[in-house]
Amino acid sequence: MKLVTVAGPPSSGKTSVILKLIECMDLEKGSIGVVKFDCLTSFDKLSYQEAGVPVQIGFSGKFCPDHYYVSNIEDAVQWGLASEFEMLITESAGLCNRCSPYINGILAICVIDNLSGINTPRKIGPLLRFADIVVITKGDIVSQAEREVFAFNVKQVNSSARLIFVNGITGQGTFMLSKYLRQARDILTLKDLKLRFTTPAAVCSYCTGETRIGEKYQMGMLKKLEFKGV
Amino acid sequence: MNTADLITYLKSTNLGRILKDYPIAGDFLANFRLEAISKVLPLPQALEEVEDETLAEFGLDTYGLLQEFCMFLENFTRVEESTGRVSSLTILGGFNKMKEPESVELTIAAGEVISVVGPTGSGKSRLLSDIECLAQRDTPTARQILINGIAPDDLRRFEMGGKLVAQLSQNMNFVMDLTVREFLEMHAKSRLTGNAAEIVEKCFLSANELAGEKFTLDTKLTQLSGGQSRALMIADTANMSNSPVILIDEIENAGIDRRQAIKILAKSEKIIFVSTHDPLLALRANKRIIMKNGGISKVIRTSAAEGKSLAAIEQIDNTLQELRNRLRNGEIITEELLK
Repeated sequence: MKLVTVAGPPSSGKTSVILKLIECMDLEKGSIGVVKFDCLTSFDKLSYQEAGVPVQIGFSGKFCPDHYYVSNIEDAVQWGLASEFEMLITESAGLCNRCSPYINGILAICVIDNLSGINTPRKIGPLLRFADIVVITKGDIVSQAEREVFAFNVKQVNSSARLIFVNGITGQGTFMLSKYLRQARDILTLKDLKLRFTTPAAVCSYCTGETRIGEKYQMGMLKKLEFKGV
Repeated sequence: MNTADLITYLKSTNLGRILKDYPIAGDFLANFRLEAISKVLPLPQALEEVEDETLAEFGLDTYGLLQEFCMFLENFTRVEESTGRVSSLTILGGFNKMKEPESVELTIAAGEVISVVGPTGSGKSRLLSDIECLAQRDTPTARQILINGIAPDDLRRFEMGGKLVAQLSQNMNFVMDLTVREFLEMHAKSRLTGNAAEIVEKCFLSANELAGEKFTLDTKLTQLSGGQSRALMIADTANMSNSPVILIDEIENAGIDRRQAIKILAKSEKIIFVSTHDPLLALRANKRIIMKNGGISKVIRTSAAEGKSLAAIEQIDNTLQELRNRLRNGEIITEELLK
């Protein structure tokens, strides 16, 4: 089974891109499965079910979405194998820009959209920096110049990635993306493989349910902002 | 400079000097939150004053950052030539939705304008996306696209990475909150050419030639009218975009000189496809592709007779234009004006 990880900021068009992509792959119905890792709620289950795509949704809830992802990814792979998929696509929202659910040796796709602002590629860090393919969506509603500057800013952060412009509504661009997917590697397990980047670290009182504000409630790993005199 | 030379240069040159040699290096430092780093030292020494934590947050150490910096400069000092020169583009027919073959072999030279006409759902966008991905009989239409008479291999198709085709459509907007000058300068910077000031000026002038109402370099993008925005987008695409092929989805009537727009675009030695139902634009093209049932049903060369009727159409258009101007200036419209 081939495994592909897709990540990107909320509402960047991940689900639309994946659905168009599955359509474009033209495999037997049900042979590509999706695992969606989300935070609290998601409305994507319906979209996948409507398209006849087997989908499993997981909510990280009070856990760090990245930690949740990495602790469940091997189970996802085993679910995919047991379901006899030819391909499994994981979809996760980069909820903090620090998130990057990419694994060494596994095709990593980042989806970002032109509407998110011209400097966004320079701000989102590992999510973009460690991707193999960067899919840029919503290019049909901004000017050519903005698309070019946006692509330039993506290149600044990740010069080795392949850039593909995809229209999530018409599917334009998914064809080239599907060509990459066919090259993704076949796996049986992710055991002993490594994440490309560490997940955000924190073991502090707030991780364990503290809600009160103030120094005396803060324990564990903390990072303090330094305020300079004006 | 090769990589080894570049590393030596980075290790031995103070950052201030590097920033002078490569202004784009400022962006690199900003990307890694290192704007405030000492400029009088070379990068490795300057990095010693930076907390390890900062670099670690980006998953880097001093050496890793140096390597990244090196890669960055290599990437952005190379003159982007990856699309190469495209002097012709050939469309070899595939099949329409009824599985009937399209008997088409159409070669379009740089500087040529082709219009694409046909009802909604006739396959116009599919044709345009076949061109965009350089289809090699592997898309649903089974068309093949040649560049300079040669079938591009997969590697070349990937390398084009969205750089082959520039698009202009009626739905497009500027989403940035910048002045016209800042916008053009930003775009010029991303092209990494030396003559930024010159090309900004050129874009600005030709945009104003197209726009019904003039604007200044200090006008905010968000304050431009629909016509002015379109004019700026066209001038920018013609003068600044590196893409050798331009796909245009209609140019609206309001507030823009369409004839001039096509002229400016064609002058830029690009291959231009205009999807339009406007006779003025369609007949101005050298050829027009007629789409039907998801396929190319015909290719019509604009005949001399059609060329003649173009003059009459222009007259009608001029009359309408005149009426618009009069309305705009608060004048009264009389029947006399239509004669």
